[in-house]
Parts: sequence; structure tokens; C-alpha cells
Amino acid sequence: MSWTWFHRLGSPPYIYGLARRLTPWLAWPAGALIVAALYGGLVLAPPDYQQGDGFRIIYMHAPSAWMSLMVYTTMAVAAAVGLIWRIKVAHAVAASCAPIGASFTLAALVTGSLWGEPMWGTWWEWDPRLTSELILLFLYLGYMGLRGAIEDAQRADRTSAVLAVVGVVNVPIIHYSVTWWNSLHQAPSVMRVGKPTLSTAMLVPLLMMLLGFTLYFAAVLLVRLRAEILNRERSASWVREVVGT
Amino acid sequence: MDRVREFLDMGGYAAFVWPAYAVTLAVALLNVAWARRALARSVAAARRRLAGGGDS
Repeated sequence: MSWTWFHRLGSPPYIYGLARRLTPWLAWPAGALIVAALYGGLVLAPPDYQQGDGFRIIYMHAPSAWMSLMVYTTMAVAAAVGLIWRIKVAHAVAASCAPIGASFTLAALVTGSLWGEPMWGTWWEWDPRLTSELILLFLYLGYMGLRGAIEDAQRADRTSAVLAVVGVVNVPIIHYSVTWWNSLHQAPSVMRVGKPTLSTAMLVPLLMMLLGFTLYFAAVLLVRLRAEILNRERSASWVREVVGT
Repeated sequence: MDRVREFLDMGGYAAFVWPAYAVTLAVALLNVAWARRALARSVAAARRRLAGGGDS
């Protein structure tokens, strides 16, 4: 088996060009899916028999929460690859993930709060699911703060990567918190063993929204990654070609 | 017009549903803007570096 593909994935000019070419192919389907899912979720899906139209918050809350976990997992895997194989591009991927993940973790907390008040009668509760999600936000902020605090780029990469990898234990804790502990938060209705508990008219827009946000993340990540790669390539001749001087 | 008003009312949950949509979609749009700004800044910095030979 040839390992050239693996080495090419570590090559900054190759990744830069690939990222530029791939972005529109991810961004446009993402936008179309999200717009269609907004229509499906706000107009086509029937009101919930218990929560009425209040349940429609799910179409914003679930994708935000999904992003918070998926982005963190991507960041931790990239950080681990960077640590193990000393690949600069992998560290650049990890660094690009953090602000995206942090902002969607905040969105998950805010939309959860907006859902909790009418349904549970409280904006916030020190509940296992809510508390572990708040810790996730602090992990993202800690990762970004650590990167910003270390002057030397290589040391910043390696030190922050260790934090990202260690923090990944929080991801399964968040996911299973509603099963392991007695939580105010409802149990999973889509990502569960067996069939989802939502009806088809409610489920389809949600799945479209989750897929749309996943593609959206990939597109935003690739734009950020190009910026990170340029910042790291101090004196490469290929940079002259792509920035066009 | 009544159907529009009914839609906007969200069965009495308007004060919770619409802010949730506003926050999430704002975060999504802001992330696009931030990513594009970061790339534009990095390109500009690279151009300055290549032009002047400096390291800024």
C-alpha cells in the first residue's frame, strides 16, 4: 500500500489548494439544506402534542449541541494526529476548530435555556447535561486562551493539543449524561439505539438540519484552515503564488 | 394576515422560539464572516511579508 496520500495530506500547499476547491461544494449544499430544513421545521412539521410550537426550538438547539460535540471531537482527533505524527497541518485544523465550536456551544446553552424556561420552568439548573455542556465551553475557551498565551507557535500547538485530547473525555459524558444520571434534560430522540422517537414530519427537517450544519462546519473550517496555514508558512515560495503578489 | 400572525405567535411560545432561531442563525452567519475576515487578514499579512521581507 502506498502512503503518498497520507504524506500529501500533511503538505500545506496541497491542503491549501484542496480546501479552496472544496469549500463551495460544501457551502452551497449546506445553505440549501439549512434553508429547506428551516421551512420544514417551522412550517411543515406539525406542533408537538405536549410542547405545541415550543418544540420547534429543537431545530436550532439540536444542531448547535451536535456542532459543539462534533467540532470538539474533530479538534481532539486533529490535535492527537498533530501530536503523534508531528504534522503541522493537523495542528492548524485543531486551532481552526476552536472558535467555531465555542460559539456553537454558547448557542446550544442559550437555546437550551430558552427551551428550558417554558418547558421546565427554569432557565438554568445544575443538571449533569447542562453542567457538562458548560464545561465543554470552558474547555474551548481554555484551549483558545492557552494558544493565545504561548508565544512560540510549536509549543502553543503541542501544549494546547494535550488539553484538547485530555478534554475529549467530556464528550461521552455529555452524550450519555441523560442516560447515566437522573437528568431534567430529555433522553435522545434521534441518536439512540433503535428507531428515533420523533414522527417523520418532525424528524426529516431535523436530519436535514444536522446534515446541513455538518457540511457548513466543513466549509467554515476549510476557510479558517487556509488562514491558519498561511500564518504558519513564513517563507514558502508557494505562498507567493496563492496570494498573488 | 391572520395566518401570518398565528405563525409569528408560535402557539404562545414566540418569546422563546424566535430568540432561539435568532441566536443560532446569528452564530452561523458570524462564523462565516469571522472565517472570511481571518483569511483576508492572513492573505494581506502574507502579501506584506513577501513585499517587504518583514515578519509582520
